[in-house]
Amino acid sequence: MRVNVTVNGEARQADDVWEGESLLFVLRERLGLPGSKNACEQGECGSCTVYLDGTPVCACLVAAGQAEGREVRTVEGLAEGDRLDPVQQSFVDAGAVQCGFCTPGLVIAAHDLLNRVPNPGDEEIREALAGNLCRCTGYEKILEAVRAVAR
Amino acid sequence: MDFLRPATLAEALAAKAERPEAVPLAGGTDVMVELNFDHRRPAALLDLTRIAELAGWATHDDTVRLGAGVPYTRVITELGDELPGLAMAARTVGSPQIRNRGTVGGNLGAASPAGDTHPVLLATGARVEVASVRGTRMIPADEFYVGVKKHALAPDELIVAVHLPVAAGPQQFAKVGTRNAMVIAVCSFAVALDPRRRRAGAAIGSAGPTPRRASDAEEFLAGELPWDAPAPLGDAVRRRFGELVAEAAAPIDDVRGTAEYRRHALAVLARRTLGWAWQDYLGGRRTCA
Ligand SMILES: Cc1cc2nc3c(=O)[nH]c(=O)nc-3n(C[C@H](O)[C@H](O)[C@H](O)COP(=O)(O)OP(=O)(O)OC[C@H]3O[C@@H](n4cnc5c(N)ncnc54)[C@H](O)[C@@H]3O)c2cc1C
Ligand code: FES
Ligand code: FES
Repeated sequence: MRVNVTVNGEARQADDVWEGESLLFVLRERLGLPGSKNACEQGECGSCTVYLDGTPVCACLVAAGQAEGREVRTVEGLAEGDRLDPVQQSFVDAGAVQCGFCTPGLVIAAHDLLNRVPNPGDEEIREALAGNLCRCTGYEKILEAVRAVAR
Repeated sequence: MDFLRPATLAEALAAKAERPEAVPLAGGTDVMVELNFDHRRPAALLDLTRIAELAGWATHDDTVRLGAGVPYTRVITELGDELPGLAMAARTVGSPQIRNRGTVGGNLGAASPAGDTHPVLLATGARVEVASVRGTRMIPADEFYVGVKKHALAPDELIVAVHLPVAAGPQQFAKVGTRNAMVIAVCSFAVALDPRRRRAGAAIGSAGPTPRRASDAEEFLAGELPWDAPAPLGDAVRRRFGELVAEAAAPIDDVRGTAEYRRHALAVLARRTLGWAWQDYLGGRRTCA
């Protein structure tokens, strides 16, 4: 089937999409947006987190057909040209990135939290990031990165 | 595989009547895992996310009619006062990403014994509204769960909404898991007090082939609570309540816990949640007086 979806502000079209295919597969393999990572395909790791109509979701758990006509924003859509979004910049500055695999998902989750709660406490940060696993950083630097934007 | 995308409930019911094998797709947090891992290859997916009739909630006559497609995040942010027990259970589901997509309708559709909303639906006496082209019927939560991951729906039926009484008193939900986010319950428990009717609801999850009510514990509690002359609860009442809840369970040993542990943990959960709920009641009464 054909799927039409607005991705990072641009109308995109994917053809020959299998009906059981995930939005994540469409983004990465058909639309050439490898920012959202594919790790567990079962909603456990959050590496595939994207905004769907403004709400963070696991792209691996959204059927591509469900995204028809909707708006997706991926980590690629956060920066403005060469200027990183403050959350992205803060991750870089704080050294919250090691292998970087979890980073796109964490950046979206943190971005959403800070949109909703400009000055979150540690508990709120931890809860908001509970669906994103990192195998490298030990999370301290990630918390620091989020706190730094909040300040 | 076909991808069916009805725009209205009527269209969805017609599609389900014509293609009973089509798998309904709400948030997808259960269905997509099965598809991604090749555990399921349905002939058709029936996407319910475009149907406005499933996407809202409304209150009439002290009953909340909660559309099957309302995600947990909205239950938490919009219904904490009306449905505190359900909001608490919703808050323990998965992660923010899962709560943004997952629905009570999907929890019912999956009918896992471990689903977090089930004990609350049982303890509060919720009813599940299901529909087909043949008409609409209400299934009491008690009669909804019929086996491991099996529910009472006919092949042409869809879950449309859940009807829950607006809380008439304190409610609590608690779950045991190996950490405090992103876990399936080792066991779970909900209690709902209704001081006006002098009723207490109590139900357990993840400790039997289906979620189930603890009827003996409910009756015991309704009789023992000093509704009219509220005073702190004696330890004996809380302990006996815990024992009766544990007796109602039919748990198994599995990777997440032993049957013995589950029974023990349920008794503790029951004791504690009752303590919290009764404390709420005392507090509420004091501020009223
Ligand atoms: C990482 C992760 C963590 C999770 N953690 C928890 C947890 O802590 N607690 C918990 O209870 N669950 C948990 N779940 C399971 C899942 O999120 C819930 O069961 C959720 O409520 C499913 O809702 P959904 O809308 O996503 O359902 P879907 O996946 O869309 O559907 C689930 C089932 O219900 C059927 N269905 C859906 N809507 C209808 C309808 N209207 N009528 C008839 N049938 C219907 C579907 O066909 C399917 O069989 C978790 C899942 C994941 C991936
Ligand atoms: S790949 Fe989607 S949550 Fe892990
Ligand atoms: S930086 Fe490697 S997984 Fe997080």
